[in-house]
Amino acid sequence: MAAHRCGLSLVCILIFSSLAHPSSCDTLEKANDNTAEKRSISEVNTDGSVAGEALNERQWQSTDAEVDRSDSTTHSEALTPAAARDEFQEELVIRPLHSGDIYASFQFRTLWDTDFLQEGQKVSHYRLFPKSLGQVLSKFSVRELHISFTQGFWRTMQWGQPFIPSPPGAELWVWFHDTVSDVDGNWKELTNVLSGIFCASLNFIDLTNTVQPSASFKPLGLGNATDHRFLRYATLPREIVCTENLTPWKKLLPCGSKAGLAVLMKSEKLFHSSFHSQAVHIRPICQDEQCSSKAWELRQTLNVVFDLHTSGQGKKEWSLFKMFSRTLTEACPLASSSKVYVDITDNPEGELFELSPATPLLGQAVVLGDRRTYSVYDLSRAETFGQLRSFNLLLRWKGDSGDMLRPLLHAERYVAGFGLQTGEIHTVIYNNHPYRAFPVLLMDSVPWYLQLYIHTLTVTSKSRDNKPSYIHYQPAKDRHRPHLLEMLIQLPPHSMTEVTVQFERALLKWTEYTPDPNHGFYVGSSVVSALVPSMVAMRTNFTQDQPLFSSFVPVKEESSYFVRVYTEPLLVNLPTPDFSMPYNVICLTCTVVAVGYGSFYNLLTRTFQVDEPSPPLSKRLANLIRRMRGVPLLT
Amino acid sequence: MGLLSDPNRRKALTGLLTRLNTPICIVCYLAGIVWFMGLAFEPFTLRTYMSENAMGSTMVEERFSSGERALSLAKEFDAHKRKAGGMPVEWLVKAMQSRGLEVFTQSFSRKLPFPDENKERYMVRGTNVYGILRAPRAPRTEALVITAPCSPGNTNNQAVALLLALAQYFRNQIYWAKDIIFLVNEHDLIGTQAWLEGYHHTNITEYISGSLRGRAGSIQAALSLELSSDVITSLDLVLEGLNGQLPNLDLANLFYAFCQKLGVLCTIQGKLQRNDWDTAEGYTHAAQTMMLMVLKQACGRSWGDHGLFLRYHIEAASVRGINSFRHYKTDATTIGRLLEGMVRKLNNLLERLHQSYFFYLLPSLSRFVSIGYYMPAFGLLAVILLLRALDLWVHLGAPALAAVDGVTEAEQPSSPGVLTVLTPVVISHLTGVALYLLPVHLQEMAVEHFPVSETEAVVLTAIAIYTAGLALPHNTQRLLSGEGTEQGWKVLKLTALLYLAVLLGCTALINFSLGFILAVTLVPITASITPALYAVVMVLLSPAFTILYCVFIYQELIEAPVSVSEGWMLFLSVISQGILDHALYGSLVYPLLALFIYPCWLMFWNILFWN
Repeated sequence: MAAHRCGLSLVCILIFSSLAHPSSCDTLEKANDNTAEKRSISEVNTDGSVAGEALNERQWQSTDAEVDRSDSTTHSEALTPAAARDEFQEELVIRPLHSGDIYASFQFRTLWDTDFLQEGQKVSHYRLFPKSLGQVLSKFSVRELHISFTQGFWRTMQWGQPFIPSPPGAELWVWFHDTVSDVDGNWKELTNVLSGIFCASLNFIDLTNTVQPSASFKPLGLGNATDHRFLRYATLPREIVCTENLTPWKKLLPCGSKAGLAVLMKSEKLFHSSFHSQAVHIRPICQDEQCSSKAWELRQTLNVVFDLHTSGQGKKEWSLFKMFSRTLTEACPLASSSKVYVDITDNPEGELFELSPATPLLGQAVVLGDRRTYSVYDLSRAETFGQLRSFNLLLRWKGDSGDMLRPLLHAERYVAGFGLQTGEIHTVIYNNHPYRAFPVLLMDSVPWYLQLYIHTLTVTSKSRDNKPSYIHYQPAKDRHRPHLLEMLIQLPPHSMTEVTVQFERALLKWTEYTPDPNHGFYVGSSVVSALVPSMVAMRTNFTQDQPLFSSFVPVKEESSYFVRVYTEPLLVNLPTPDFSMPYNVICLTCTVVAVGYGSFYNLLTRTFQVDEPSPPLSKRLANLIRRMRGVPLLT
Repeated sequence: MGLLSDPNRRKALTGLLTRLNTPICIVCYLAGIVWFMGLAFEPFTLRTYMSENAMGSTMVEERFSSGERALSLAKEFDAHKRKAGGMPVEWLVKAMQSRGLEVFTQSFSRKLPFPDENKERYMVRGTNVYGILRAPRAPRTEALVITAPCSPGNTNNQAVALLLALAQYFRNQIYWAKDIIFLVNEHDLIGTQAWLEGYHHTNITEYISGSLRGRAGSIQAALSLELSSDVITSLDLVLEGLNGQLPNLDLANLFYAFCQKLGVLCTIQGKLQRNDWDTAEGYTHAAQTMMLMVLKQACGRSWGDHGLFLRYHIEAASVRGINSFRHYKTDATTIGRLLEGMVRKLNNLLERLHQSYFFYLLPSLSRFVSIGYYMPAFGLLAVILLLRALDLWVHLGAPALAAVDGVTEAEQPSSPGVLTVLTPVVISHLTGVALYLLPVHLQEMAVEHFPVSETEAVVLTAIAIYTAGLALPHNTQRLLSGEGTEQGWKVLKLTALLYLAVLLGCTALINFSLGFILAVTLVPITASITPALYAVVMVLLSPAFTILYCVFIYQELIEAPVSVSEGWMLFLSVISQGILDHALYGSLVYPLLALFIYPCWLMFWNILFWN
């Protein structure tokens, strides 16, 4: 058996090295030759039990090769003329979660080698890139745009980290080009235009909920712009995401929802889930390795978590059909790559769940600091669909659902206290790493009607004061801008850090209340951004499957990974007048009481004197004469 | 106002008021009592109706069907409870986890200021277990709470089991918009209080409790479930909460609507509703129900686990299953459906319950008396105090009135100094402070010197201080100014009357029942007090005796009359419970009585011994 394994790994290495390519610009598929080598070694364990012939067919698929530009252009050259220089990729990652739920993440990536922001060049010929977005980018000189619509809250404790985190409601953050002179004006117009494109209430974004974070949101694409004057960030925690937002989002895809993975997106199923998040990320990236020119990347993501209890009817069995009420029949013809990945990391021997149809392809990538293994189904190959010409992935759980997870970084937030005058916002950040401390950036944007008492700000970890090394605080202006608080906090290992700040609830003008004032007012999620030491680096005892020389110093890019964690939004009740009939009664009664009280008080404090009526004219004249004569006056 | 600014007419009016003062006062008093008793007369009351649109027209369909499973769960729970000798925390955690909830526990401990003899506890240590059903696609901003206390013995097993069965059923539904928290609390109110304080991160009553890990945003409403038998004959709704706070009337309407829909007998104050309002029995029945509510509300304690939620602006009510000897029985499935319906309607809420009344009295579940109707009854009583004060004011000012057109007259030699009035005021209040502080703080000393238990020590110390207060202050003014003057006690009475009017007015705004009961007993005696009055009458209408009368009336109303000695024992336990409620849950009735009402009454007592 051992000899078998060695032989297999050799084969694998050979196959791999013929496919492997060094460059990678995709975070998900970040892997290098070094790890590939390790992979192939560990793979033997994974599939030792499979029959020999199948083993030979099984091959390690280099995820990098697909991403690589030169490779894909050769692919697409057959399909399209070279002048277009754009390409489209689609993929679906399915991750079975410990709780028995299932996480499906769609990613669609359109890449276009053109520069919208170049002076004097008007881009008018669009192929794969949606024209509506391209025009927006060039009109408002947008350098980078990230927008997400989320319905639900990502349960980190049960589901682990998402691939792309997003806060409940709508989130929009935009880096403008540094040539823009009137950023606020552009921002206002941009939000209104996006509001139209996505059928969302983004037009409610105005200066009262826009902030300019100084450190938390750095550009993800090209360019080192760090002047946060050109950054705008806003969330609408109340935004409700539904089909009307999904349809315009689907329209941005080159195949629409007609072909490819997008056929799975039927709203009646997507919204029968525990979590739904759709996002659009646009950023400039390098066109080639030298980075001589820019390309634009449009990444559309859709994440959805299906609940075992509500959609699974308690049966621990998932299939594409059960999840989406559709199966896959073809890849999008315009796509250069179209793949379905299933995370089988926790299932090396098939003891946790059973996957059918089985796939010969395996992929491995370091995602969020953890090395994950994926079964890969390539939809561009006919054999994926089998004889029935339809691909329906079936996943049958065998094991029991696990306990709650302990993600390395986790944050939650709540309002403490009672009554309608004051309160306290508590943000609790957990570092569950057993021995590493790491810093996190906490960003809090609080609307002006919660008047923060910044002098009550305390940060405590392990019941000791924890002084933030960096604080950026911008106080609110009533009715003009929100509070912005950014802090760099060092989290001690295995600790709970609590950030508290007290606030007073403002009494709004009566026209400023929403139509449902007793529902409460939302405070957007706070954002925790951190470089978290990765799980891979945490495993010090991994000598069994790996050569010793590879394991002493953790590889730099794997040693920590970037994570953004959003806390739950808050719902805060403000002192609210009763707007119904009794309110009028109170107003009226108060007026009456005020008038009555005034008169009574007046009566009680005034002393009365009888006023002498003034004497008639004749008497006054007589008195005048008498005074001149020196005779006593008449009374 | 022209009437009053004309000095002559004003003089006539004040003359009229002073001349007819006593008859007017008597008429007001009688009118107040009659008005109050008339509130229970059905034609004068309003029919309840659902104000909240979100709960009104959208009738939900109840599909809960695992009542039988709940009953077998109850047996299992009972077995585990016996085995664990208390709350079976591990079993509960497992049971909730297997139903797909996020489960958390909170441990707490509290040392009572003195042993609670009713519930036999002193050092309380316990654990709350709660599971959160996360609503799909909801951002954890709103939550509903269903709680069932884990009581000792074999009571309330069915409630916990039904809670778990509901959790299982609810978990499989997609329509939840708010998270639902299923809480099983140990040591009834203490557990609830610890959990609420943990959830809101406050500490008002010195609990030592572990911090809470799982939260679900702001809680919109809560239901507490008490169920001790497999079948029930009726469901009782308990509304009275801490400090006489009541939940929004819509919650009671919701309960009533579902009882009607599912054909469940429902009661309030344990009394069924009658339809024969035009007969004397019908009226008496309604009046009894209302009086019970008034008495319960006045005592300011929480009559169920729901009562503590009200402080946090969470509308809450307790639903209590009653099994009596009627033929008509309701099974667990129906109760489950009733709760399902209520929770689903609450889940539909877009805003907090705010449409309907917060201040009301219920002569029956389908009739209510709103604040606008019952306040005049109190107003009629309170106006007596003001009339008497006016009368005194006029009498005191009479010599000054004579000198109206004279420029200024010298200070009247007979006018009492500030000191004569201030001294009794200060001494009364110091006695009040002693009554508030000493019983609890002196218990150890009392136990050392007398053969009594701690609880008895506290109660007896309180009574001793109360009685000592009667002996203490009544001759201070003689030390200061020799003989007490007519003028002196009148000024003191005027001050005390105004003070009492303000006190009762404020109390009635917060807790109408307490204000009204105090007014009924205190107003006649304080209005008519002169140094010539008999001290016995004064004592018989003192706050302590008011409590005693309330005990007897309450026992009479719940159809469990007691003898004098039993009544006395109940009275003692009421006092100890009042002090405990203040220490444990922050009830304000004991401090109000000790620090304000009793000193105020002492000021009148002072007048009795003026000469």
